[in-house]
Amino acid sequence: MLKLILKRLAGAVPNLIGVVIVTFLLTRALPGDPAAFFAGPAATEEAIAEIRTSLGLDQPLLVQFGYYVRDLFRGDLGNSLSTGQPVITELVTRLPASLELTLAGLLFAAAVAIPLGIMAATRPGSWIDHLCRIVTTAGVSLPTFFTGLLLAYVFYYLLGWSPAPIGRLDPLFSSPENVTGFYLVDSLIARDLELFRAALGQLLLPAVTLGLFVMAPLARMTRASMLGVLSSDFIRTARASGLAPGKVLYGYAFRNALLPVVTTLGMVFSFLLGSNVLVEKVFAWPGIGSYAIEALVSSDYAPVQGFVLAMATLYVLLNLAIDIAYGLIDPRVQLEA
Amino acid sequence: MTTAAAATGTSATLRHVRYVVAENPVTFFAFGLFTAFVLLAVFGPLIAPYDPLASNTDRALQPPSADHWFGTDQLGRDILSRIVVATRLDFGIAISAVALSFAIGAALGSAAGYYGGWTDRIVGRIADTIMAFPLFVLAMGIVAAMGNTVFNIVLATAIINLPFYIRVARAEVNVRRNAGFVEAARLSGNSDLRILAVHLFPNILPPMMVQISLNMGWAILNAAGLSFIGLGVRPPTPEWGIMVAEGATYIISGEWWVALFPGAVLMLAVFCFNLLGDGLRDMIDPRRRT
Repeated sequence: MLKLILKRLAGAVPNLIGVVIVTFLLTRALPGDPAAFFAGPAATEEAIAEIRTSLGLDQPLLVQFGYYVRDLFRGDLGNSLSTGQPVITELVTRLPASLELTLAGLLFAAAVAIPLGIMAATRPGSWIDHLCRIVTTAGVSLPTFFTGLLLAYVFYYLLGWSPAPIGRLDPLFSSPENVTGFYLVDSLIARDLELFRAALGQLLLPAVTLGLFVMAPLARMTRASMLGVLSSDFIRTARASGLAPGKVLYGYAFRNALLPVVTTLGMVFSFLLGSNVLVEKVFAWPGIGSYAIEALVSSDYAPVQGFVLAMATLYVLLNLAIDIAYGLIDPRVQLEA
Repeated sequence: MTTAAAATGTSATLRHVRYVVAENPVTFFAFGLFTAFVLLAVFGPLIAPYDPLASNTDRALQPPSADHWFGTDQLGRDILSRIVVATRLDFGIAISAVALSFAIGAALGSAAGYYGGWTDRIVGRIADTIMAFPLFVLAMGIVAAMGNTVFNIVLATAIINLPFYIRVARAEVNVRRNAGFVEAARLSGNSDLRILAVHLFPNILPPMMVQISLNMGWAILNAAGLSFIGLGVRPPTPEWGIMVAEGATYIISGEWWVALFPGAVLMLAVFCFNLLGDGLRDMIDPRRRT
């Protein structure tokens, strides 16, 4: 087992190196002079020259890459021009907001998509199968930013059920004491149910928006792999031996059908993290995505670069976790390793 | 088509297409919708009832009416005209991005599948590195770094779609590289390049076509998403993503039409491509139907 985990860890290293190289190249691709870019529009000639030396831009490319990696290991991602704060602290304080939103979106999507896929597979051709097909085709066609706006319009403006889309918490409340950074968890730890409800109300619409978009691949995969498993020999044997339908479906079929679903989680996370940015903008969610967008608007490049690097690292780590989980679920993978 | 064999081949294909269309009217509908969009993209500026850039502050934020079917925006511009004219830009971005990733992906993937060895390893590593990013985030980074232009949106969209094309082309070429007809071509003195271009390329086209049509919707969605967060296309240029972004401020105060119509059209376009892609896949490769 340890061997498997080590092997997967080693497999993630080239990806991380690739990510670092690409983000490094992206800084060098800045239009014009990167030093002038980092110095900002108001900088004098001397300031630009100073920044060029301090960034090591007068050195050969390989040496520059060395500096870049060294700074990364120190946790130095540069400073934001507009706030003057180090990018890394800003990313770290904002990350829990993004993670909470992403995980809530994933939970919602899985809670709807997996039962839908199973029901569609057990009753092919029924209305639920058609519903599943509509959801899977329509789901990937939805521009997340547009669904978000639409939901906000209906549930905030028309019905008034949901609070104003202005971030994680209504200004009337003060945020709970920081333990995990997840407001839902922290408010429970503080035993403040009212705060929990307020945070949940704010989270609901953005999470549903995200979930709607990633529901499609999950439902499609669940249905397809469930169909495959249900027509296999061991299910026929189980049925012929007279096992109860529920036992066959959930005890045998579902557990085997889950494996391909776990592998699609990688793609699902790519969707989730990407559309997270758009949803954060729509709902003024104070995560790392809206931080990057604010920086983009003011041509403040260091935060954007830090954001891309953080997202990519997070994604590589998530894929690693999925790989390891897969090995734990499926004993055959361990045999191969 | 002069020989009898080719003629029966064509009519068999036609019969198959007719069968699939009859089985799957949705694909037929999607094809009609696609034609309509293409017509809009070509003739859009001629059809649009108003100048998409002409502002008229007296008529700002008017709800849909007989004069302005989709209402007017905060500067009094006709939303219908802006949506119609934007079709060309949105489709242009998506089509050029997909064409670019098709061309580069087919070349790299075929080379990797045909030569194997180091070529394969390097190309595979490139694809893996791109896939190591959440794709939309990588596109944001590329556009932010290379400059905020429409061309860079096309480039970024092409790059993030590249791995899919590389993988399809590589797999399709790899299973055929020692096939009888390739051996025969090699023995009769064809160069590797000629074998790839003339003998193998036509064989990878059908799965690549499916990939293209499945990819188109995602390319449009991606480009609109980038301009929604303020990258690429700049106002006052009419573009669906920007129009939704401009309408976002008003939807909370009840002026729903500014964002709703461009968003709905965008959704329809993506939906149309996804249906078309699914239908095309059913026609070309029925086994992959899910």
